[in-house]
Amino acid sequence: MNDAALEIQDLTVAYRNTPVLWDIDLDVPFGTLAAIVGPNGAGKTTLIKAVQGLVRPAAGNILVFGKPYRAQRALVGYVPQRGSVDWDFPTNVLDVVLMGLYGRIGWFKRPGGQQRKRALAAIEQVGMLSCASRQISQLSGGQQQRVFLARALVQDAQLYLMDEPFQGVDATTEKAIVALLKHMKSDGKTVIAVHHDLQTVQAYFDWVTLLNVRKMAAGPVDEVFTPENLHQTYGGGVAGPGSQLAEIDDPGDRG
Amino acid sequence: MGAFQRDILLIAATVAAACALPGVFLVLRRMAMISDAISHAILFGIALAFLVVQSVHSPLLILGAALTGVLTVALSEWLRNTRLIKQDAAIGLAFPLLFSIGVILLNRYASNVHIDIDVVLLGELAFAPFNRLIIGGVNVAPLSLAVMGGILLLNVFFIGTFYKELKLSTFDPALAAALGFAPVALHYALMALVSITAVGAFDAVGAILVVALMIAPPATAYLLTDRLPRMILLSVGVGILSAVCGFYFALWLDASISGAMALAAGFFFLLAFLLAPDKGMLAALVRNARNRWAFAETMLAIHLLQHEGQPEEAAESRVDHLYKHFRWGERFARRVVVRAERHGVLQLSEGRLRLESRGRVLAQRQLGLTPADPKARDH
Repeated sequence: MNDAALEIQDLTVAYRNTPVLWDIDLDVPFGTLAAIVGPNGAGKTTLIKAVQGLVRPAAGNILVFGKPYRAQRALVGYVPQRGSVDWDFPTNVLDVVLMGLYGRIGWFKRPGGQQRKRALAAIEQVGMLSCASRQISQLSGGQQQRVFLARALVQDAQLYLMDEPFQGVDATTEKAIVALLKHMKSDGKTVIAVHHDLQTVQAYFDWVTLLNVRKMAAGPVDEVFTPENLHQTYGGGVAGPGSQLAEIDDPGDRG
Repeated sequence: MGAFQRDILLIAATVAAACALPGVFLVLRRMAMISDAISHAILFGIALAFLVVQSVHSPLLILGAALTGVLTVALSEWLRNTRLIKQDAAIGLAFPLLFSIGVILLNRYASNVHIDIDVVLLGELAFAPFNRLIIGGVNVAPLSLAVMGGILLLNVFFIGTFYKELKLSTFDPALAAALGFAPVALHYALMALVSITAVGAFDAVGAILVVALMIAPPATAYLLTDRLPRMILLSVGVGILSAVCGFYFALWLDASISGAMALAAGFFFLLAFLLAPDKGMLAALVRNARNRWAFAETMLAIHLLQHEGQPEEAAESRVDHLYKHFRWGERFARRVVVRAERHGVLQLSEGRLRLESRGRVLAQRQLGLTPADPKARDH
């Protein structure tokens, strides 16, 4: 129990009585790189949002390092889907990365030189230092993703929740992100990422949750990522009203 | 300029500055039309408060307006959350309801006072100080200025205090919520601010033109800069400039001051739309034209690279091949070749094109680029 970074007990999330997540029980052990995979509309994004209290569950208990999320905000870093924000917003890379520190800075106070230095270090870590003062609308998709990662890194969290960090990035960025994830793991961080590409699950992650409204399987990749489990998750027979679910789940899932 | 005109000008400039501040965040949140809804719906709050206190100058009117503005937004969001109605229709349902109740209340119970419907819609900047001069002498006009000045200060204070929180919750509301910055509370606070500003600006420019002053200056500033602090300052500047130009324009035409102010704001937007250094139409045209040449050059380099050292090279590298197979016009093809030669991409000798090392690098880099990032090259 104490070695779980995230514990989810009996989590059900529904939009208008249509279940998006049905009675999820899930423990993600400390220090893992954990993937959440499942078909469109499986509730992957909703699961990550529920952990941070961004959607209200119909039932369920969620503990981050043994306590409710509200008490552990400083320990959780968030990398939303790239398409969830307006990249034409009038700001630059450094400013967006600084936003990761707002939680520490608290209300009213402004970021100072110390925070700027930390943000620049995080930007350097994702290989974007030369773009630090660039307007964000001029970034490529891969660069946008790196900015979001730098913003999460600067939070210096223990648990990172990432929503499709590999979505639409170029090969170079993909490699850079993988290297970063391994580095985070060696630093003792726990990473939970929604992931779409089944081909790379085994190479990138060591722990996996197969999700399709219900939890189909969860555990070490070697044990759980099997053809039978995948068939059960993606094949027919599960979640009958799948098309209906796909429509309402994860408004951000389109991108 | 007489004191009377100076007062009008000062009020106009203050209204414009006060409107531009919350307007910046409305524009960035894609909620521009909410200002339209709020500026109409507050009539309900004003009418109700007026019936209670029987005065048009009570602070209770501002309070009533602020509450009604928030109510309008809450009502339209509640309607949308039922998922029976889309957001735009929800707004279109919520504010006319409150506005029409306000109209009927004023018609029925307040027909003898000078809040009438024309004033509500179009304002009466020219008459407001005049009316007060008759009642109380010189001191009254500055009082109306003081109300708007107070609202301006409130807006400056609010945005100055919550700048970081407003920026975060506008750019990424999910992160704002995850970090515990109460984006919903901030959202409603901003809506209250818009309502208070609208009720203050009401007297001067009316419910319809208030929208112009809230949206046009920030939309103009948005085209002129890509930094938020500069956008805020520019919005205020453009707003004040619109007020001043509109005032003199109205004087010259002997027409409605509020109308002229809104027209000036629209004119400045048009200027920015056409001429903004980076995002304007003209800049885009120039950029497109330049990209067209650069793209043609790259295309040519790639073509030459593909056939380099191949048996068909002799035929493929002839300039007249470009007219036939590329279907380029002769003049265009010649200009592309001349430019490419000047840039060291290729060399022309005896009607045949030979790739230079720079052209080879250009072509290889283009071909080696992973297709994953269409956005980076998308201009």
